[in-house]
Amino acid sequence: MKATCWMGKEKIEVREVPDPRILNSRDAIVRVTSTAICGSDLHLYNGFVPTMEPEDILGHEFMGEVVEVGGGVQNLRVGDRVVVPFPIACGACAACQAEAYSLCENSNPNAWLAEKLWGHAVCGVYGYSHMMGGFAGGQAQYARVPFADVGPLKVDADLPDEKVLFLSDILPTGYMGAEMCNLQGGDVVAVWGAGPVGQFAMASAFLLGAERVIAIDRFPYRLAMAAEKTGAETINYEEVDSVLDTLNEMTGGRGPDACIDAVGLEAHAPGLQYAYDRTKQAMGLESDRPIALREAIMACRNGGTVSVIGVYGGFIDKFPMGSLMNRSLTVRTGQCHVQRYMRPLLNRIRQGEIDPSFVITHRLSLADAPRAYRMFRDKEDNCEKVVLSPH
Amino acid sequence: MITGMGTEARQGGAGTDRQGDAGGGGTRAGSTGRSARGRPANRPNGSRPDGEGFATALGWFSIGLGLSEVVAPRRVARLIGIEDDPRERAILRALGVREIMSGIAILSQPRARWVWSRVAGDAMDLALLGTALASDRTERPRTSVATAAVLGVTALDVLCSQRLTRAEHRIQVQRSVTINRTPEEVYQFWRNLENLPRFTSHLEAVRVIDDRRSHWQARAPVGTTIEWDAEIVEDRPNELIAWRAVEGADVPNSGSVRFAPAPGRRGTEVHVAIDYNPPGGQVGAAVAKLFREEPTQQLGDDLRALKQVLETGEVLVSDATVRRGLHPARPDPAPGTT
Repeated sequence: MKATCWMGKEKIEVREVPDPRILNSRDAIVRVTSTAICGSDLHLYNGFVPTMEPEDILGHEFMGEVVEVGGGVQNLRVGDRVVVPFPIACGACAACQAEAYSLCENSNPNAWLAEKLWGHAVCGVYGYSHMMGGFAGGQAQYARVPFADVGPLKVDADLPDEKVLFLSDILPTGYMGAEMCNLQGGDVVAVWGAGPVGQFAMASAFLLGAERVIAIDRFPYRLAMAAEKTGAETINYEEVDSVLDTLNEMTGGRGPDACIDAVGLEAHAPGLQYAYDRTKQAMGLESDRPIALREAIMACRNGGTVSVIGVYGGFIDKFPMGSLMNRSLTVRTGQCHVQRYMRPLLNRIRQGEIDPSFVITHRLSLADAPRAYRMFRDKEDNCEKVVLSPH
Repeated sequence: MITGMGTEARQGGAGTDRQGDAGGGGTRAGSTGRSARGRPANRPNGSRPDGEGFATALGWFSIGLGLSEVVAPRRVARLIGIEDDPRERAILRALGVREIMSGIAILSQPRARWVWSRVAGDAMDLALLGTALASDRTERPRTSVATAAVLGVTALDVLCSQRLTRAEHRIQVQRSVTINRTPEEVYQFWRNLENLPRFTSHLEAVRVIDDRRSHWQARAPVGTTIEWDAEIVEDRPNELIAWRAVEGADVPNSGSVRFAPAPGRRGTEVHVAIDYNPPGGQVGAAVAKLFREEPTQQLGDDLRALKQVLETGEVLVSDATVRRGLHPARPDPAPGTT
């Protein structure tokens, strides 16, 4: 089969590789019909995630048709159409039983690697480094899905791929980001990052009762999408003197009730702060650039909530702990527990409350993956979200 | 202290052998914890091939003798029957300094090689005493007694060094894991020792002989296997199982597993302590290497695999872990193809 392979920093190749096989009794093999490039894949592309090996197959957002099931899978049959959640989860451990699927204790065969970096390990993830299990990803013609009796969501044929594909990651991730804000009605929510996850966090915040949502980004096309598709107000941080002052002005001096960081470890900013963090990152003195996170903490109103769904990998510098502690802020975070949200969000899609396909700007074939990664990373051609067709 | 070091085992060489093995062995995930350094919580009573107290005594003996040689070389010279002249006193003082140094080294870091250094010192003393015995100016009876005493001390030094060397080969590891099953279920699974190869990476087979005895077969390096008989030495249902290899095993080993209900109905805490004592020789060296690579991590991986078997029914593998060695996360070719 053909698969998108990571061959080194900024090197993506579509290569011929062996077809996947059933390795465990609860596996299924899925013929991938649609797969997407995630913003977090760009961290791999840019070489910020450790424990990658050349020829690793990328991709954790995919859906398709079941073509084979292992003997332990009772609920799926060949021919079923499924969306696959990115966290691999067993359904039986204490974390899964608490619906904290991304903390599954049994799905990361390289848990010891993650323990070295993080103290404790988390779930396995498709195509996201050996530390996250060393599973081949779904930007390929076929993919092996472990614990297929727990994760994949069956979807009826009447909903097209592009309406349900994002149930695999970015729609639940954005939704969980908004849910963690514990919105009480009448709240103002600020969202850093108007990429696809940020867009879904904004839309979800409105679904969960936010009164106003404010999007912060630097790309006019992304801010325009946020305004047009989700109803958010916008701040272009390159066009204002101070995001904090602007947010204070927009909220009567209180600051947003909740702040969502949908940016993560490769944040940008004008001026010295970016140079400082980029330099420290390049020298290996910090692994992540927490520019959006710092700003989200400083901006949040006293007693408010900071929700972190942008991906961080390691260690950060100049963390405003004093602001966090003295102002009684709450930080909530986590890789999305996708399995918990897929069914309710599928219902919202079916009822027309949200159509996640609005973020798609490019529909390409799998063979275009190398170009697509570069285009997405460099924000060429107003690229917001790329969906690839493998067949 | 060797005992203290042993419980922590060696964790060096991060990122070397990244994985378990193919097929039934394989891979592991989940939350395991490493016990704090220190006294093994659930080690059964048993003799320990120690050498530590012995070494301490030899260390103080070295310091005492050395001080006498440095402070009162004349009396020492008279005692051992050699001539008391400036040259002999200088030699005795030098030997005294050497004794003190080796005593301090043994006491501060009781390692086999320091005691072996005492053996080398003994050889030097014996050579000098031999020279003295050949000399006309020596009181032979006294020197002979001194020589006999040094020979005795040499024997003690050799014995102590051997014991310490053996104790340094000893590998003790302990780790724990919490499993979402009752202590009864986990105990039952473990008590059928034939289940052990389902989650340990190095055991190939365990055959139960009777209620207490079993035959174990383990993978050793370069495609060889080692086998031994083991007996259960303590069995408290749903609480603890302790076992040890019977006398005469190639690799003396013992272990114990303790099952404790986790607080708040979180399942069962499984605490495992294992103690290997590989002998010298080729097999011993190979086994020591096998277990020394990452013994704590290996036990941790085994316990994750146990958790997987009990919670999910089998050990999960990924594309990168389905076989040994570092290789990319992409499907392997089907068997029989290239």
